[in-house]
Amino acid sequence: MATIHLQQVDKLFGTSYAVKPMDLTIKNGEFVVLLGPSGCGKTTTLRMISGLESVTNGMITFDGKDVTWLHPSERDISFVFQFFALYSHMSCYENISFPLQAKNEPKDEIKRKVSQVAQMLRIESLLDKRPGSLSGGDQQRVALARALVRKPAAFLMDEPLGALDAEFRDSMRAEIKRLHIEQGATTVYVTHDQIEAMAMADKVVVMSAAEVQQVGTPLEVYYDPSNLFVAKFIGSPGMNLLKGHYENGTVGLPGDNLLTVSEKAKTLLGKAVGTGEVVVGFRPESVVLKEDGQLHGSVYSSDLHGGYTMLHLSLGSDIVHARGERRMKYAMNTMLRFDLKSEQVRFFDPKTEKSIK
Amino acid sequence: MSEIRLEHITKQFDDFTALSDVSMNIKDGEFFVLLGPTGAGKTTTLRIIAGLEKQQQGNVYFGGELMNTVPPADRDTAFVFQQYSLYPNMTVYENMAFPLKSPLRSFSKEEIDRRIKSAAEKLKVTHLLERKTARLSGGEMQRVSIGRAIVREPKVFLMDEPLSNLDAKLRESLRVEIKHLQKTQGITTLFVTHDQIEALTMADRLAVLDHGKIVQLGTPEDIYDRPATTFVAQLVGTPRINLFSAIRDNGKLKTKTGNVAFDVPKSLPGDVTVGVRPEDIQLQQGGAFKAKVRLTEPLGVETIVHLQNGDSTLLSIIPGTEQVGVGEEVSFDIAPNRLHFFDGSGSRIQV
Repeated sequence: MATIHLQQVDKLFGTSYAVKPMDLTIKNGEFVVLLGPSGCGKTTTLRMISGLESVTNGMITFDGKDVTWLHPSERDISFVFQFFALYSHMSCYENISFPLQAKNEPKDEIKRKVSQVAQMLRIESLLDKRPGSLSGGDQQRVALARALVRKPAAFLMDEPLGALDAEFRDSMRAEIKRLHIEQGATTVYVTHDQIEAMAMADKVVVMSAAEVQQVGTPLEVYYDPSNLFVAKFIGSPGMNLLKGHYENGTVGLPGDNLLTVSEKAKTLLGKAVGTGEVVVGFRPESVVLKEDGQLHGSVYSSDLHGGYTMLHLSLGSDIVHARGERRMKYAMNTMLRFDLKSEQVRFFDPKTEKSIK
Repeated sequence: MSEIRLEHITKQFDDFTALSDVSMNIKDGEFFVLLGPTGAGKTTTLRIIAGLEKQQQGNVYFGGELMNTVPPADRDTAFVFQQYSLYPNMTVYENMAFPLKSPLRSFSKEEIDRRIKSAAEKLKVTHLLERKTARLSGGEMQRVSIGRAIVREPKVFLMDEPLSNLDAKLRESLRVEIKHLQKTQGITTLFVTHDQIEALTMADRLAVLDHGKIVQLGTPEDIYDRPATTFVAQLVGTPRINLFSAIRDNGKLKTKTGNVAFDVPKSLPGDVTVGVRPEDIQLQQGGAFKAKVRLTEPLGVETIVHLQNGDSTLLSIIPGTEQVGVGEEVSFDIAPNRLHFFDGSGSRIQV
């Protein structure tokens, strides 16, 4: 297992950046997820770590050793792709043992390692079958087994759950994370699905437009997004973001609303903004319905999600999402008053789009 | 009146039975969702209502009027598909005007203009009206497709997975907007999806289909709180409902694998499957049951906790602001009134 370090790594295709210069440290045993919409540079970053793509500038080290110009096969990594890339003419056993046979390991040793990994992934009964006869979830388990059977410096996974049904995806997500807890292998995982990233990662690297937007734990990117992009991208739905005018302790918000900010925020905004435009951000669960609440909005729509209800409130031409009890029911256009949990309110600069801290 | 009634509909394709004795009543102005996995018969039901397929048996009524022999064009329904099917070389305006210019209708230019502008405003595409549709994003294209259906002011909307090709964020916002629009317009709407969240959040009522049969029909609350079968119970809700086998022993119900036991009504048979939703398992100190934390999945607003209980894993949900560590011993309670019981065939047992 290895610590992976990227130092001022970038990638240019012609004159445009696929990945702008970035620094990143993936600690030994850490599960790091590269997250972002398509075209954000996450897969290119993963491919540069693997050596499948060369860097334009910068240096990549594994445990301090410069691997920047090493061939993928010399980097000691295991790759898992979205599409299973199994050999259809071989049995699952042969598929899993393939990387070991390529290294000429003794037969007994191969057998021991395959059965160990097969047990872990609960595919012992499938070893004699051909991949073509298996479900998508089982095929991906076999592909994972083939990656796990070696003890590489790092696992690199590119949307390994992307092609699976929702039902398999959730259970495989938990299995991969559980495997990681047991094995403690350094893992870099690429996905566009923020729920997957949050659920699995020790550390999330949020990317957009070829640039790293934020690096943090799942709870950090959720509660303290570094900019408007991260605030919107993380969470379902994303953070409520309302443009307002700040002056002396209060923010004027859409729909004739006035929000009094906390003493702490007052000090912060006094310094950072003085008097002027801010974006107020808060999560749906930070809304507290209250008869004498300071803010108001009318019910645009309301829907049951099973365990809870999501209310959508109109504030002028903006919509605020508010999460509440599952029994909550309001007719359309009902006027409701609410407060915000002040310790969960965040502020952003509308020009730079960065969070005000 | 655009109430829709299906009576004993059966549809076969060669030797494949797509629908078998399906009956339902969709009320005037209702938002009705057909939910089920691929091949359940959802789209076939929609196409029979539109007149695009003909059933072998059974009747379709619109507001009491038998529609079996009425051609699709005379049924006054508007279809929205998963694929946008817009004319790429026409502007958004021309695309939306197209159904109104059909020789079967005779609308004045002014009327066409009025309808398009009003629909465009509702769907927030006014600024796109002069743009060629080839230059729109997926979300914008689907808004225009819905706009093209709305301008006709049909009796019935038929929507076949209209959000499935969009990314998660767009799906979320269009879900809210389509529901709001439907409630404002009050046009009877049938919406097909395989996505349980779409079904729960949008429907006034929904029918769960499987293998050409209705498994359950009811409000989102009925389906979520009183699932008729283990299939329905597992289909709705994320994370999925916990299901485990249990046996009666000395008046108590005990899990076969874990160490969970409940006091239960005497009427319950000896051998049952118990269902409990993750939000109904509450981690708390001094709880009646013990488990070890196997895994946690923080999602932000809440965290999924995998509990190792004997040989089985139970999923629980805790608020995102609370934390537990992997390997920690915890105790939990289960609200007895939130338990679901199913018999050997997977059917709900009423207690």
